[in-house]
Amino acid sequence: MITVENNNYQELTDTALKVREHIIRMSTDGGCFTGASLSAVDLIVYLYSSFLNINKDNLNNPDRDYLFLSKGHDVPALYGTFAELGLLEKERLKNHLLLNDHIYWHPNTKIPGIEFHSGSLGHLPSVAIGVAMDLKISGSTNKVVCILGDGELNEGTCWEAMLVASAYKLDNLLFVVDRNHFQANMRTEDLIPLEPLADKFEAFGAAVKRIDGHSFAELDEAFGAFPFQTGKLNVIIADTVRGKGLPSIQERADRWFCNFNADEIEQLLLELHGEHQTTLTSETLVVR
Amino acid sequence: MSYEELLTQTALANEQVIVMTAENRALVRNLPGILGKRFIDTGITEQTMIGAAAGLALRGRTPVVHALAAFLTMRAFEFVRTDVGIANLPVKLSSFIPGFLSDGNGPTHQAIEDISIMRGIPNVTVFAPADEDDLVKMLPQIWESKSPAYTRINTRKTSYVHEPFTPGKAEVISEGSDVTILTYGLLFEQALIAVEMLKSEGLSVGLINMRSLKPVDEQAILKASAQSKLVVTLEDHFLIGGLYTIVAEVLLKHRTTANVLPMALNEKWFRPTLLPSVLEHEGFTGKQIAEKILGYQTAHNQPQILTPEFSE
Repeated sequence: MITVENNNYQELTDTALKVREHIIRMSTDGGCFTGASLSAVDLIVYLYSSFLNINKDNLNNPDRDYLFLSKGHDVPALYGTFAELGLLEKERLKNHLLLNDHIYWHPNTKIPGIEFHSGSLGHLPSVAIGVAMDLKISGSTNKVVCILGDGELNEGTCWEAMLVASAYKLDNLLFVVDRNHFQANMRTEDLIPLEPLADKFEAFGAAVKRIDGHSFAELDEAFGAFPFQTGKLNVIIADTVRGKGLPSIQERADRWFCNFNADEIEQLLLELHGEHQTTLTSETLVVR
Repeated sequence: MSYEELLTQTALANEQVIVMTAENRALVRNLPGILGKRFIDTGITEQTMIGAAAGLALRGRTPVVHALAAFLTMRAFEFVRTDVGIANLPVKLSSFIPGFLSDGNGPTHQAIEDISIMRGIPNVTVFAPADEDDLVKMLPQIWESKSPAYTRINTRKTSYVHEPFTPGKAEVISEGSDVTILTYGLLFEQALIAVEMLKSEGLSVGLINMRSLKPVDEQAILKASAQSKLVVTLEDHFLIGGLYTIVAEVLLKHRTTANVLPMALNEKWFRPTLLPSVLEHEGFTGKQIAEKILGYQTAHNQPQILTPEFSE
């Protein structure tokens, strides 16, 4: 259940709840990366509602902010947010994995609002650098946000990007790590440990804030302070919970990719609203 | 026998085998417990995994490495070429979800140039089994060889029982004077369907499961070209660099030619959706293959195509 932490953020909280409903409904008939989408919801809703200068009227205007979704698996959270904020017709979410649309497991630019395709990890930090460099060269004050997964940080190109962004003092660029502590079906710290993560980023020359990625108050405080250090790459580590909002899949390694049956979907929607806990019968990924 | 059972048996029989993965465990889930230190998961680091595999091979090991086909061949390409290819080390690449098997993932995950780029590296051998039975018949010899090898992993089940495998030899399923279909990998199951439909339309039809794309069975290609009025190259790969190109190279080398109909992805990625819809949309179901060869529509029914289980 999502608890309402503060009435000041009621609208964001309501939107995030609706986005979570969309994600649950997309987790069938072929399925999607439900857990990794649920961890990123509050972050993405906050960014589009309160931080980024991106709306349905300026998607092709060079004088806008940019968001790059590098981890890619969380694209249902982005589509759900687009649907709630009027960038995408809600009906189209029903086209997930169908031939009549372009909504599938990874982002692509046939959906207006997606800046670049992704899914191959560790690509968009560098693409974001290019855009941020041009904004600087062109004298624009717009900003670039790139959302990375924590598992994605295994890829060496993420660290090359940190070096280059720091070298070029790209303080119009913000890397946000959705730190849900899982990669595929392992805990990050059990496979390729990342901590102390903030220290690593700082050693690469970045200014770093670490927050609760499900607290709108903390998101507001951190993003509101951007750039929190000028002349440096800015990084926000958002600690999140994979599967946030659904206790029956939350932090379960075997519920990374979910393809639920119709009955489970109905039960999970009730579970999201705190009414009961679902007994899942669909197959899990086998994890050892 | 499954891929995992074969790998387990092989690794238990040969202490030199090391199993590696870039965090893709779908086909090797039991191996950490069985192999202990001989199972190495490097996380999502395809380049480092291949470099490390070269290091292990320098010490006399035979690493069998796993990752999604797109990232194993393209993310790590220069590591494969430089660290494995130049040194000619026995590193065995096992690629997940090659070709159409990446179904709903999108172009980032589509490995439809893997045959082209892997066969371009000196010393690297390239294989594409038709189904699980073919896979487990081919892999023992691929793994025993001292050469670097790239294999498209295909664990789909068909009812066909394959012949024993010899590297460099194709498997001739049937011979025909009107048309011979040359194919490899996943599309073998659709080719079998197409062959039956073509035969019922009165054609004399041949089918060849190429299996080994490098080294390739030149004699099988030459024989099919000589005895059939039409040769069809059928592949879930870009038109450039795959089987169509291989056939062209072989015919040119032997100063001959043939009437060749290529069925491949020409300058495009395929539409991301679940596998049965991918095949239908791109024109690669057995019925569509048969009708393209015939040049007319038929009343044949396309058998159901099974959706693969999700494989990270």
